[in-house]
Amino acid sequence: MKRLIIATLVLFGLTAGVAISGSVYPEIPKATGEAHPEGNEFMRVNHMDLLRHDRDLTMREGVRDTDYSLAECVTCHAVNGPDAKPVTIKSEEHFCRTCHEYVAVKIDCFQCHNSVPEALGEASLMFERPDETLDVLLAYLEGLSK
Amino acid sequence: MNIPGLKPAGGCGGGCSSKEKGADLHRRDFLKSGAAMASVTLAPGVTLMAMGSGVAAAANPDVRWGLLIDAGKCPSDCSACVSACSNEHGWENHGEDTDPQWIRKVTLKDRATGHENSLPVMCQHCENPPCVDVCPTGASFKREDGIVLVDRHTCIGCRYCMMACPFKARSFVHHPVEGQKASTPRGNGTVEGCNMCVHKLDRGDGTTACVEACNATGNNAMIFGDLNDPESDISKALANYPSIELRSDLRLNLGVRYQNI
Repeated sequence: MKRLIIATLVLFGLTAGVAISGSVYPEIPKATGEAHPEGNEFMRVNHMDLLRHDRDLTMREGVRDTDYSLAECVTCHAVNGPDAKPVTIKSEEHFCRTCHEYVAVKIDCFQCHNSVPEALGEASLMFERPDETLDVLLAYLEGLSK
Repeated sequence: MNIPGLKPAGGCGGGCSSKEKGADLHRRDFLKSGAAMASVTLAPGVTLMAMGSGVAAAANPDVRWGLLIDAGKCPSDCSACVSACSNEHGWENHGEDTDPQWIRKVTLKDRATGHENSLPVMCQHCENPPCVDVCPTGASFKREDGIVLVDRHTCIGCRYCMMACPFKARSFVHHPVEGQKASTPRGNGTVEGCNMCVHKLDRGDGTTACVEACNATGNNAMIFGDLNDPESDISKALANYPSIELRSDLRLNLGVRYQNI
């Protein structure tokens, strides 16, 4: 009987855990441009090392054509706000913040670097807000009409 | 260069003799020949040298960037270089004593005669920079091509370099900054100063924002170029006309030199 109770509790705990992680896991905004050849999993784990390596090359030796740069990050991963302009790091919707808040790691990059693309290129203008926002709005309108 | 009391204004800025320069060239030639030999003896097709050549393209150790400023051509009511610098790098003044000043117009007055001179002063890009000497973290450093910079990644904002600099060329950022230029990141709690438009040089513009602005006004008071290249405009001007460096008593061998002050 004891075993059965424990097994039930464990099972319940697992399902509850899955349910919680499903709702809390950050919604990572989609990016424009080509996908990283290394794959998203690699970038999630290693992006800070790639940036750190290249920042020293650029700063100390003047190498500007590095493989990775923060300016490129914020260009492809720009998230547009309600005013159709890319949001800054002050917004919770900013690409970097969505994950970094989830894992509770503070970013210092944007104390000095700009968190939005400098020139509004085609890429950032074409970027669409996540479809889910639209769904929420439609559901709200539907609710009003009922 | 027969005027007594003035140092020879050669490409080396007066700090090193022509003999030393020759020796340096010799060493460079030797290294070059050694590198060529290494690549031959290793094997054809071995790309050992590829890495070195790629890096050398940006901050070239054979180059020393410098400025020559003719105070005689610099009108006291013109500050085109200052506003050009501000636009290029995105720093601005709020009317406070602690405002950043990457470049500023200074008026010198001869007390005996009352004669006034107006000239821009910025980081003088010393060969032996005191700011680099005192920096506790290595954030203040000199690039291979002679440009003195602050690496804000390691700057802790102690401001020791600001005290060490004889020219008050460094500023501290006292307020959070937003909307920085992608080419000039800058932020609260770090020290900054003239970087000789290093982003422009790295992309091959071969000039700085202040010099471009000065030429646009028609004053042509500033010449930018490679002090190590005897054929550059700046080296020729330095060889043909007398010039001085500020506080030459400190023997810092500056990258910025002045005429007519």
